[in-house]
Amino acid sequence: MIKLENVQFGYDANRMLFNGVSWQLEAGHLYGLLGRNGAGKTTLLKIMTGLLFPQAGNALIDGQPALKRSATQLSDVYFLQEEIYVPHLKIKQFEAAFAPFYPNFSHEQFMEYLAEMEMDNMPGFIDKFSHGQKKKVMIAFALATNVPLLIMDEPTNGLDIPSKSIFRKIMASYADEQKTVIISTHQVRDLHSLIDAVSILDNGRMILNAPGDVITDKLLFDVDNQKSQEGKVFYTEETPRGVYQVKENINHIDSALDLELLFNAAVQNKKEFTEMFQ
Amino acid sequence: MIMDFKSTQTIYRQIVNWVFEQILSGSWKPGERAKSVRELAVAFEVNPNTVMRSYEYLQNQDIISNKRGIGYFINEDATEKILAIRKKEFLEEEVPEFLKNMRLLGIDFNEIVNSD
Repeated sequence: MIKLENVQFGYDANRMLFNGVSWQLEAGHLYGLLGRNGAGKTTLLKIMTGLLFPQAGNALIDGQPALKRSATQLSDVYFLQEEIYVPHLKIKQFEAAFAPFYPNFSHEQFMEYLAEMEMDNMPGFIDKFSHGQKKKVMIAFALATNVPLLIMDEPTNGLDIPSKSIFRKIMASYADEQKTVIISTHQVRDLHSLIDAVSILDNGRMILNAPGDVITDKLLFDVDNQKSQEGKVFYTEETPRGVYQVKENINHIDSALDLELLFNAAVQNKKEFTEMFQ
Repeated sequence: MIMDFKSTQTIYRQIVNWVFEQILSGSWKPGERAKSVRELAVAFEVNPNTVMRSYEYLQNQDIISNKRGIGYFINEDATEKILAIRKKEFLEEEVPEFLKNMRLLGIDFNEIVNSD
């Protein structure tokens, strides 16, 4: 289990980014980490993986502080950053050099994922590939490690249209009860069918952290008052398709979770949302 | 296979309806094995937990059964069960909407019968 407890952190001593952020993640879910530009999503992920140290509080992976960076802990985590660094190696050489760090790495899966993204038999050095091609190789590698904690920062950025669909298919087959996947993204439309738990970081706080079914139990996503009922309205948006609303779900009506509406509703109702999803 | 993610219907309900269609059209036959959760998740590009929720609903409605270690099977009377659910939904949801539109547009029943 992954846990952040009252983490404090700032790049500048006069301006703290996190003044006590807490976050708990359960295995078996694919978390979507959402937040505005500069909210600190990437920083939070770096603290979680031991790449940055909290100035106060704890980042724990299975009870052990992430900053210890023990060998067993590092072999259980893969963090695919948005800005990917690739060494001057061919795909085969890259695998030979880095796969041994991950005891559950599967060569077959790596080959299969590369083939699905049409990157198998790619000659040449990875650092000479296009941005999207590099990304595909790194995604295939990250998934083939079969780590219990997989973190991806904007994985669909730079992928072409067919690759996004292939990425979703691969992710759908990858998720299982033992694995925790965190995807930090602004491209919610690319991924919203895969995300089944949502974490929203705003102003140095986690204002919402809940599985999708808990969210739709408490909130109603309504178009044109079709499911009209009493209850507080948290957010309204007028579109050519109708009036979209996020409301309190007092009658426990099932509705389709819309991540963009949820995000806008959450940042406008921080206090209520923090209490509601505690 | 593409889900309409902008629909107001939840993804899990859309998958349930898709399964209904497969059984009613005869492409999934009673007694046969249903596609696995993972197969459907990959085909629809959705989280396996979402398909799991659809299958739990179908199990609660006695449309499919889980045989441990083997997978899900379509029950012999699945078609009758689905028709009963569909009929109930039609009467409770679509008919009131239909009647509301009739009143709104000032259409009476004779007009409907004659337009056929």
